[in-house]
Amino acid sequence: MAATAISPAAARARRRRRRRTRTYGLAFLFLSPWIVGFLLFLVYPMVASLYFSFTHYDLLNSPRWIGLANYKYMLENDPFFWQAVRNTAWMIVIGLPLRLFWALMTATLLTMKVSGQRYYRTLYYLPTMVPPVAAALAFTYLLNPDLGPVNGVLAHLGIPGPLWFFDPSWSKPALVLLSLWGAGDAMIIYLAGLLDVPQTQIEAAKIDGANAVRRYWHVTLPSISPVIFFTLVTGLIWTFQTFTEAYVAGNTTSGQKDTLGEPQGSLLFYAIWLYQQGFRYFNMGYASALAWVLFGATMLCTLVLIKSSERWVHVEGNQ
Amino acid sequence: MSALAAHERARRQRILHSVARHSVLIGVGVVFVSPFVFVIFTALMTRDQALTRAIWPSPFRFQNFYDVLDQQPLLRWTWNTFLISSLSSIGVVLSCTPPAYALARMRFRGRNAVFLLVLSTMMLPIQVTIIPLYVLFSHLGWIGSLKPLIIPGFFGDAFSIFLLRQFFMTIPNALTDAARVDGASELRLMLRVVVPLAKPALVAVFLFNFLYCWNDLFAPLLYLGANPDSYTISLGLSEFRSSRHVDYELMMAACVLFTLPVTVLFFLAQRAFVEGVTVTGVKG
Repeated sequence: MAATAISPAAARARRRRRRRTRTYGLAFLFLSPWIVGFLLFLVYPMVASLYFSFTHYDLLNSPRWIGLANYKYMLENDPFFWQAVRNTAWMIVIGLPLRLFWALMTATLLTMKVSGQRYYRTLYYLPTMVPPVAAALAFTYLLNPDLGPVNGVLAHLGIPGPLWFFDPSWSKPALVLLSLWGAGDAMIIYLAGLLDVPQTQIEAAKIDGANAVRRYWHVTLPSISPVIFFTLVTGLIWTFQTFTEAYVAGNTTSGQKDTLGEPQGSLLFYAIWLYQQGFRYFNMGYASALAWVLFGATMLCTLVLIKSSERWVHVEGNQ
Repeated sequence: MSALAAHERARRQRILHSVARHSVLIGVGVVFVSPFVFVIFTALMTRDQALTRAIWPSPFRFQNFYDVLDQQPLLRWTWNTFLISSLSSIGVVLSCTPPAYALARMRFRGRNAVFLLVLSTMMLPIQVTIIPLYVLFSHLGWIGSLKPLIIPGFFGDAFSIFLLRQFFMTIPNALTDAARVDGASELRLMLRVVVPLAKPALVAVFLFNFLYCWNDLFAPLLYLGANPDSYTISLGLSEFRSSRHVDYELMMAACVLFTLPVTVLFFLAQRAFVEGVTVTGVKG
């Protein structure tokens, strides 16, 4: 009965509408695994942990609302919180730039045209494949002050080696050495970026009389700056969560797993303190508050980085 | 005559350059390789020798590998790790392909917003979600079982969706358009056109997840810590030393056994691997 009054235009519109709802339905169906995961493993836990962060919750009794007390305790009364913040900041300010610089240098070496280039690339990347726990255990041996080959070599050269993981002032540098060894993930991203640098620009700079260092500084670096930015952002987020290597190295050298972050709390990173609070002491409320502060700090630093990128990240006009 | 001398000089300079380049590359290469060498050598030492600064094992004691398998339930840990890594990676490939297909090849309003949402979830520190998830899993009675490490894989993973979407975008539209005109459904297009062409990306996603699970310590520590029967290799080895005393030769032997499978995997799938890293890093 409705068919009599329908104009062709209206029919077309209706068909289009139906097609659109069909694509919506279809897209929804295709997206559904992610949507379920997003709601179940992300949105729900985020809301719940935000709520927990305002409660006292020990897993056995139901959460008890205590307002901002967790946050207050964190900032005013928890000495380990500040120690963890300092240690983590050290890794971000010193460890991460060193790691990225080393990755860029090795990637640059790998762009040199030599025979057997492929093999060098594989070789340099290989340590990145070593599971972090195995790498950390290996380094506790390599850097062992008495038995390890590193101090053995240093002794041959007449240099008294440091105590590395046994010395609070050398444990973080030891961790950085470990991270340099496995910096192949950043290296390979840089390598791909370096191989994409337009050769015409390099040639032009060469004709203008720029030497290799100037060419690298004025042509190569600006053109890979988006890649550097990418590794900085991911590295920053990752370094905020430093856990595995420090956990393993700390426990292995101290020979126990009750006090984390040994020696003397020098490897007590933020994520380790959070783990200890949440899963050793079962202070689930306090650990949630720690997690939200971590999230806030990560967001803040990332935003600052993005803001600063407008000044130093070079974007090709035609991209 | 002088032309010949100049030629000779250029040749010599070229050789010198090449030698210099190789020396630098080898020098840095030694830094990367020597830890492997030291670890393997130590894994082959006798206990007395491992307690000295000796570098070369004498005699070679291959028995260490047998001993460490005997002393630690390494085979059981390996089986658990393999189960977690392979099942959850299968889950990730299955659950990420359709969303990635929708984000790359289907047109619907809000597509970019959804994509941005997927990307932004990658930034979230896992610490923000683990506590409620732990509570949830403990209510379900999953703590100590492998389930918390396998099942979430079947509900999408932001990084994998991102990687697959980037790859699906590179498949020419003409290929799917032709089939679409012939009346093929989106599901058919995905399974018959896009998936076969995207095999390298699917392999890369599988590998990345496999390696991530194989190596991960944090999640197993949270969910399996209470039950030694379901330990993974990472978790088991992280407790290798529980006393003041440490057997470095056995510890290094265990490290060698742990690292060997992933290194072999790497050599077998190097191409897929490197391509996957660069697709996300540079063209992202």
